[in-house]
Amino acid sequence: MENKNVLEVKNLRKEYKEFTLDNVSFSVPAGYIMGIIGPNGAGKTTTIKLLMNLIKPEGGEINIFGLDPRKNEKEVKNRIGYVGEEQYFYQNKTVAWTGRFVSQFFKQWNNNKFNAFLEDFKLSRTKKVKELSRGMKVKLSFAIALSHQPELLILDEPTSGLDPVIRREILDLLLKTSREENKSVIISSHITDDLARIADIITFMINGKIRLTGEKDDLLANWKRIHYKKGALSKNITASLNNVQDQVFGSSGLTDHYLKIKDQLADGIGKEEIKVENLNLDDILISFVKG
Amino acid sequence: MFIVVSHQNPEPMYKQVTDQIKDAIVSGALKPNDKLPSIRSISLELNISIITIKRAYTDLEKEGYIYTRSGLGSFVADLNREKMRSEKLEEFRRELKNIVLKAKKFNIPAEDILKIIHEIQEETNGK
Repeated sequence: MENKNVLEVKNLRKEYKEFTLDNVSFSVPAGYIMGIIGPNGAGKTTTIKLLMNLIKPEGGEINIFGLDPRKNEKEVKNRIGYVGEEQYFYQNKTVAWTGRFVSQFFKQWNNNKFNAFLEDFKLSRTKKVKELSRGMKVKLSFAIALSHQPELLILDEPTSGLDPVIRREILDLLLKTSREENKSVIISSHITDDLARIADIITFMINGKIRLTGEKDDLLANWKRIHYKKGALSKNITASLNNVQDQVFGSSGLTDHYLKIKDQLADGIGKEEIKVENLNLDDILISFVKG
Repeated sequence: MFIVVSHQNPEPMYKQVTDQIKDAIVSGALKPNDKLPSIRSISLELNISIITIKRAYTDLEKEGYIYTRSGLGSFVADLNREKMRSEKLEEFRRELKNIVLKAKKFNIPAEDILKIIHEIQEETNGK
């Protein structure tokens, strides 16, 4: 796969009275899905607003499709599909009207595609926006975002507040779009399961800073919880663990480099004095917040 | 006692608990008449449902590994060591069967596996 970056962010900084986003750098290679994970108030939405040029940064660089989105806003936005947490539509207008209205802002609008999405999503053309459920409104947003054929999708908590069935539908659609059409996606969420399902790259954001960014499968292969009987682990390894807990039924701690220490644990695992447990992205996030 | 339960383990939770308590009893880590932790304290530490641990204790009691005195708690039974040994051997038989079947797939005779077992025994002597 091509390694060209669709998006590059360097040392981004945004100051608010009681919150500072600082030193935020990451990049998204073409065709990849990057998930941004963080607790509420970590700066996910601020980062996305900066990417969308909705707020002005105090410092840093943003580069999308090799362009500066502040200087080439129109061109860049034509090539981005955006879905936010809230859906802003004219409440009294119909689904069909909304599509027609939005289509005029985009050069590459594909009406056949839009109609196909409405059919797929079982969105009635004649229904008014105010009559749509929250899930249906999100689907309408996705139909619009994908019908102008963007190269990059920027999604801010698009699945929050949706039931698991609709969430899965949307995730499958995203995955399909990204894989079949080589589109890049940036998606923020605190529903880490969703990101675990579709993301290639995961970026953890805590308190306005990037705590860790890396390939998802690599992270999950290396981050493990190690349960051990007292004395079963060497001092070096014990010292390298995070979030160590000593309990009646044994101790446990997290490692972020399991593949490196795996061989040293083999004997203990054979004797059943050491047990290794997979972690999910939630566990990793929580360890960052606690640590 | 060293007990770990995991949601990712395909075995049901209650079985994970019973298997590990049995192992502790058979290996001698738990001695006859040792008091077992209370259901609530296990539930809290291992973060599993009280119903699950109750079921595990009931199963252990049925199989004769533990006994319960009302108001006092559960204790390790003084049970037949021979019976426990033969149960363990049965478990090893199952594990070895998998290894022998796997060896067969690659045309490795059982004698070679035996040789490896002896070698490993020598390597781990004194450990």
